[in-house]
Amino acid sequence: MSDFLTIAMPKGRIFEEAADLLREAGFPLPPEFDDSRKLIVDAPEANMRFILAKPMDVPTYVEHGVADLGVAGKDTMIEEERDVYEVLDLHISACYMAVASLPGYQKTDINPKVASKYPHLAAQYFKEQGEQVEIIKLNGSIELAPMVGLADRIVDIVSTGQTLKENGLVELETIVPITSRLIVNPVSYRIKDKQIDEVVERLAKVVEEE
Amino acid sequence: MSQPFMFEKPVGMRDRLPGYFQAKDAIRRSTAGEMEKWGYLTIETPTLEYYETVGSASAILDQQLFKLLDQQGDTLVLRPDMTAPIARVAASSLQDQAFPLRLSYHTNLFRAQQREGGRPAEFEQVGVELIGDGTTSADGEVIALMAAALEGTGLKDFRIAAGHIGFVNALLVDVLGNDERADELRRFLYEKNYVGYRYHVKQLPLSTIDKNRLLGLLKLRGGESVLEEASALSSHPQAKKAVEDLKQLFDVLRAYGVSELVTLDLNLVMHMSYYTGIVFEGYGNNLGVPLSSGGRYDELLQKFDRPAQATGFGIRLDLLAEALQPSEEFPEPSCIVFSKERRAEAIAEAVKRRKNGERVVLQDLQGVESMDQLSEAYTDLYYYIGKKKEADTHE
Repeated sequence: MSDFLTIAMPKGRIFEEAADLLREAGFPLPPEFDDSRKLIVDAPEANMRFILAKPMDVPTYVEHGVADLGVAGKDTMIEEERDVYEVLDLHISACYMAVASLPGYQKTDINPKVASKYPHLAAQYFKEQGEQVEIIKLNGSIELAPMVGLADRIVDIVSTGQTLKENGLVELETIVPITSRLIVNPVSYRIKDKQIDEVVERLAKVVEEE
Repeated sequence: MSQPFMFEKPVGMRDRLPGYFQAKDAIRRSTAGEMEKWGYLTIETPTLEYYETVGSASAILDQQLFKLLDQQGDTLVLRPDMTAPIARVAASSLQDQAFPLRLSYHTNLFRAQQREGGRPAEFEQVGVELIGDGTTSADGEVIALMAAALEGTGLKDFRIAAGHIGFVNALLVDVLGNDERADELRRFLYEKNYVGYRYHVKQLPLSTIDKNRLLGLLKLRGGESVLEEASALSSHPQAKKAVEDLKQLFDVLRAYGVSELVTLDLNLVMHMSYYTGIVFEGYGNNLGVPLSSGGRYDELLQKFDRPAQATGFGIRLDLLAEALQPSEEFPEPSCIVFSKERRAEAIAEAVKRRKNGERVVLQDLQGVESMDQLSEAYTDLYYYIGKKKEADTHE
């Protein structure tokens, strides 16, 4: 029982990519996971169980120890500040956090507003820049905010820039590059040390070859 | 802010109902009892301390302290840990007693929570401080005592990780040259951000050999064999001493028969900044956070003007209770229900039973709200009801 590893993963594309990495690292996962609506997927041959969660929630499952490992974007790591080990950069789903606005945006002193899904990260960034802004938290479709005048600028992840372009927005500043990270619960890191070290080492070989 | 509801408690404060309390009490007696067996003397210190003395020495983040003002306008804190208050006692009230001092405590600590308000801001901790002994025998003693205290509660499959702050500091300063640069890397370790640590090391203007020494630190965990690898990473005298300390520590732990429980982890960096030497944490198998921690703090006592080497640990009782999942059912008392006419007889019976060590509830029938609930609550019910003094009925 104790040699079973529970891994929290975001649903969808990142799960597929991370599973590919694990296969490449020689873990016997089934070639395809059926029924994408399942929340818990077992891979008994690899002694692994996957919890499929909202991306933003992965560090929470890992911090509380219901998952030993997790795959989380650096964006959620910065936003959530969970007490977990960040052991490996998996180099998947690369993108970056950026500030964007409508073209021709001029900085204003009159109560500038910034909309973001990442209020903590955005507040931290503008604090470091010494700029005073009001942060407005949104849960999605951030591009809408400058278009309807809710905020002058937005802070969001950009992968190709296509979404910004389609909505007539331009990028102003890059904040931080983002990739998915392998994270570990601090207790699992000690109690299941041998298995976890093996997963980390085998994955490290795969991602460093790329 | 809107008015709190009448039943509301401040954020992070909890009621402990009888079931939980008894479970926790049993754990407290078991762990504190083990500490007594090892000759540690229990002390109590005040709940309130001065912010400027104990508050600042305690090394708990400022925003986690509960602060208040007394009538003179001095800032006070609700004690956030016991190490600093005990250091104060050792340097003042107990200053005539020769070192080493072996002191233990079980008490509530207070730390304000920033996130997820449901987490406890007040929790009970049991622990010991061994003051005035710088030997590795002392380091081994407190780790072995922690293991014995945890084992005594029936906790299964727990593990202890041990590291050495002196080694991390010596290696970082040895490679990087000064404390400032070392601090940057220490922060990554403290934040458990190994990815950030590696990226930071890779962009430093250092030789490949030096970079590999820094990266090698992350791999230093496992059995005693990592000490060989550790001594290869740095020839700094303090690093050598740290490796030697840990070697001796394992000799001590082997003699206590607990070395199997302990793994080495040389990048274990604690949140308390006062640690100077061997540090350690205890983990339970079904709990996501460490349930106990401790280590050597050789520089804290001099803040209270009685310089001394010291080590100790604390066990979080609330977390240990969570890890143990003890049954909340305890032997219940029996109940004697009486009517006014036979009250004297019922009381005499209760007194007799209590003298025999039984737990007995005495209840006037007229004060009972629901007889049904009463008979559900107690399996052993005795009735002293009615005028006649016949033999008592037992249901």
